[in-house]
Amino acid sequence: MSANLTYVIVVGVLVAAGVTLLLERSLTRVLMGVILLGNGANLLLLTGGRAGGAPIVGTTDPEQMSDPLPQAMILTAIVITLGMTAFLLALAYRSWHLNGHDEVQDDVEDRRIMDLAIRDEGPGTADIEGGTGDGDDDESASDARPVANVVEAGRAG
Amino acid sequence: MLALVAVHALTAVIAPGLVRLWGRNALYLVALAPGATLIWALTHTNGVRDGTPVVETMPWVPQLGLELALRMGTLSWLMVVLVGGVGALVLAYSARYFRTDDPGLGRFAAVFVAFAGAMLGLVVSDDLLLLYVFWELTTVFSYLLIGSDPAKRASRRAAMQALLVTTLGGLAMLAGFVMLGQHAGSYRWSEIAGNLPDGGYLAVAVVLILLGALSKSAIFPFSFWLPGAMAAPTPVSAYLHAAAMVKAGVFLVALMGPAVAGVTPWRPVLLTAGLITMFLGGWAALRQVDLKLLLAYGTVSQLGLLMVILGGGTRDTALAGAAMVLAHALFKATLFLTVGLIDHAAGTRDLRELSGLGRRAPALAVVAGLAAASMAGLPPMAGFVAKEAAVEALLHGGGPDLVVLAGVVLGSALTVAYTLRFLWGAFAAKPDTPATEIAPVSWPFLAPAAALALAGAAAGLLAPAVDRLLAPYADLYPSAEPGYHLALWHGLTPALGLSVLAVAGGVGLFHLLRRERVRATLRLPFDSATGYTRVIGAVDRLAVELTGATQRGSLPFYLGVILVVLVLLPGGALLIGAPWPQRFHVWDTPLQGVAAAVVIVAAVLAARALRRLTAMILVGVAGYGTALLFILHGAPDLALTQFLVETVTIVMFVLVLRRLPVKFSERPIRSSRRGRVAIGVAVGAVTAGMAYVATGSRQAVPVSVGFPDEAVSYGGGKNIVNVALVDIRAWDTMGEIAVLVVAATGVASLIFRRAGDLHRRADIPGSGRAESTRPRWLTTGATTRAQSVVLQVVTRLLFHAIVLFSIYLLFSGHNAPGGGFAAGLVAGLALAVRYLAGGRTELNGAAPVDAGVVLGAGLFVAVGTGVGAMLLGGEFLQSAVLDFHLPVLGHVHFVTSVFFDVGVYLIVVGLVLDILRSLGAEMDRQSETETETAESREKELV
Repeated sequence: MSANLTYVIVVGVLVAAGVTLLLERSLTRVLMGVILLGNGANLLLLTGGRAGGAPIVGTTDPEQMSDPLPQAMILTAIVITLGMTAFLLALAYRSWHLNGHDEVQDDVEDRRIMDLAIRDEGPGTADIEGGTGDGDDDESASDARPVANVVEAGRAG
Repeated sequence: MLALVAVHALTAVIAPGLVRLWGRNALYLVALAPGATLIWALTHTNGVRDGTPVVETMPWVPQLGLELALRMGTLSWLMVVLVGGVGALVLAYSARYFRTDDPGLGRFAAVFVAFAGAMLGLVVSDDLLLLYVFWELTTVFSYLLIGSDPAKRASRRAAMQALLVTTLGGLAMLAGFVMLGQHAGSYRWSEIAGNLPDGGYLAVAVVLILLGALSKSAIFPFSFWLPGAMAAPTPVSAYLHAAAMVKAGVFLVALMGPAVAGVTPWRPVLLTAGLITMFLGGWAALRQVDLKLLLAYGTVSQLGLLMVILGGGTRDTALAGAAMVLAHALFKATLFLTVGLIDHAAGTRDLRELSGLGRRAPALAVVAGLAAASMAGLPPMAGFVAKEAAVEALLHGGGPDLVVLAGVVLGSALTVAYTLRFLWGAFAAKPDTPATEIAPVSWPFLAPAAALALAGAAAGLLAPAVDRLLAPYADLYPSAEPGYHLALWHGLTPALGLSVLAVAGGVGLFHLLRRERVRATLRLPFDSATGYTRVIGAVDRLAVELTGATQRGSLPFYLGVILVVLVLLPGGALLIGAPWPQRFHVWDTPLQGVAAAVVIVAAVLAARALRRLTAMILVGVAGYGTALLFILHGAPDLALTQFLVETVTIVMFVLVLRRLPVKFSERPIRSSRRGRVAIGVAVGAVTAGMAYVATGSRQAVPVSVGFPDEAVSYGGGKNIVNVALVDIRAWDTMGEIAVLVVAATGVASLIFRRAGDLHRRADIPGSGRAESTRPRWLTTGATTRAQSVVLQVVTRLLFHAIVLFSIYLLFSGHNAPGGGFAAGLVAGLALAVRYLAGGRTELNGAAPVDAGVVLGAGLFVAVGTGVGAMLLGGEFLQSAVLDFHLPVLGHVHFVTSVFFDVGVYLIVVGLVLDILRSLGAEMDRQSETETETAESREKELV
């Protein structure tokens, strides 16, 4: 099969523009990136089958038909993109409504772990420090101790 | 046996209920489960003694060759008796140990009996994988038992420690099992034992299995978890130390010993680790002031001794080992129960505070004394018989055995010393300590401990009977000469002399250590618990560093990493290895170039746009341009769908963008923008390259070559794309519409804030059902400032025509461009136009149904079509073609897959309706409410 250069270029441009938008933080832009990327991907699929007449028996000679298989796949992809667009738009609106902007924020929990790593500390989640069951009766309230203290105790033990 | 395990499981389920009904007395009832086990085992005594094991098998996962293979030989019989007997007695003891109002009692009863059941399953498993399952079950249940007081840090820590250490060992053991099982082609130990691999392979497997056994039995270097497990209530400790949990490792060593004792690492590992553990444990026990901890370290020491004896690897050591297992279970359980009694009666178990208990509680002292005598190895107790057997067996061995023998004698001396320390600490009257006040001990509380102590005495007195019962296990080892027999009196043998030596040494050691100054020198130079803490701390730190380095929490960063990998790997492969095809054509028709130019310009401008609306329009243009390309390619269905989707998308964007700021925020910083564009261009170039190479390299005949014929003959339609959707690839479409339903639900739940609002039309005034008078055609509803009456009337006129057209598209789609997707989108657009012209009142007038109902109906019809085909004997979603004549219409050509398409149609309509209700009507309502609130606030201010 010979490649159609027009398609190749359009696919490249759509993907490039889509990815650029996808890497943004504004959810609306991300969404537009997804749509462009989706169009690019659909065209990429389309290049996999030859062009020709409409794949409808009776109107086109089967020898002259365009390949129907990629078309069926693309059709479902188009409609899925619609559902996804609706969902992301709702997400953007919700984010705007709650936070006053529609930006994808850094994950707070991940940030916290990064801070721990920078400070060279452990998560302090496991009850690891200290000796054996020597009857220490400190109650669960002690769990409220800041992480740093627990880690200090762990080093001492 | 399986039934007994099931009884335990069942009892565990109902135990909390029983406790709620009858309080602590329910534990007597719960004790019936292990009690029944004991009785069942005793009824099989004769068979087992005569060397006929009880075998049960039941298929489990036949595909994997897994079966529930249970087998009770002599060793298993001994363990079953201990697990059942000690379990029942400890439960009976617990019925007096706990208070009825103890909040954790129900949970304790359930977990304890489940633990007993798991232990029972473990010791009768013949299939090693089944054994592993029970092994891990005991780990999990012991975790729950040790951590029975989650409010205490010590309790949680001990439980976690036990869990981590034993699970780690368990995993190593599983690897060893798999190695053996894969070689033998069976996982049943009775078959593996006769079909072992050889050389390094077997050595590795044995070491892995030993890791599991040693960690479970708290052997050095894993011994630290067992004293920590003292955080558990005393009955749990008694069971854990005597019959269950730690005995699992001993059991495994005893089980495998006859087959693998000759393998190189087996004996050295067991003897070394066992001796070290024996000394460390005994040494530590001498330092303890808490009676329970003293016993715990004593257990560690005894487990070491058991490993040494069972690792000896001859017939006589095996017999001594089995007798020792029995003796240890009996005396250790008794002693723990006694400590619990002392703790209850005196309110402390610190030996510095106890004094004169022997005189005040003589019965208790006698019970403890019997058990202690067994522990110290004094006649006529079972402990003496077992130790004599061990010493005698080792005396006849070669050089290494004598070293081991010396170790055992020294260990025995330590044992005698800490036994004396226990008795002295618990019962002696200390001159400088005032006599302890104690509450009276009731006989039902004491009875279980007394029973165990008497059993220990009986086992010693009836040594020949015990010998006959245990001998079949020992005889699994090949033995040249006639074997040793357990007995109280063998005459004045060297073994007896060594026993006397050990006792004398122990007594001397005890008296030496009563001086405070000497005991202070007993500190151990190192502690494996510290190692554990360091390892766990290091793992935690590593996790933090790794997570911190990779999980940056920034979505663009993650995407960037993925995309850069895409550029580097497939892109690199493309550059280096791809066969670049020479054949290509610029376009199929020049018009493609025009459409492509439109798409390219729009896409580039969209990526640069600063205003949301501009960007949205440009994205739309790119989409329409793509639709043009579809037409030129010869794909009318795609073009139709793309046009419609693009239009619906624009409507959605407009609905949402009216609430968002006009411009994108300032976030894209110039420097990072360059990086993003660079990644974008690189990914675009790689994708284009892949498109070129993939298309150009294609040589195979497309699978769709047969589609035209199949579409007509099987699918009954001429539009191949539509037939592919509803028939050839119907499963794919089924998945897709499910996704659409999920997306629609997601949209609604994101926008509607209260659950009640999800009945999407209930709170809208003037909506269909709520209104008493039928709305008349062509009357306008409540128009607000921004709506045009003319537009409303025009859309009402057009509405029905568009809906009719959509239905035409739906039914003609099988033979001409159209189908469920396109038709649904057309109908959805009709609704959108109504909404845009007249607002939410108008939308409710046009579609007085809940979007969820439409979606559900669609899914129901689609799945129903598939199931219907199955009920009629076909495949799921298989379609049938019906041709018949109707009086007026003439020839009718009907394909059942039309129903499926109707389902698709309904779902698409439902999706659009859902979007209009959520992103349209509900957002209107929310903004109106906000405006009203703001206005009323202003009025108040004025």
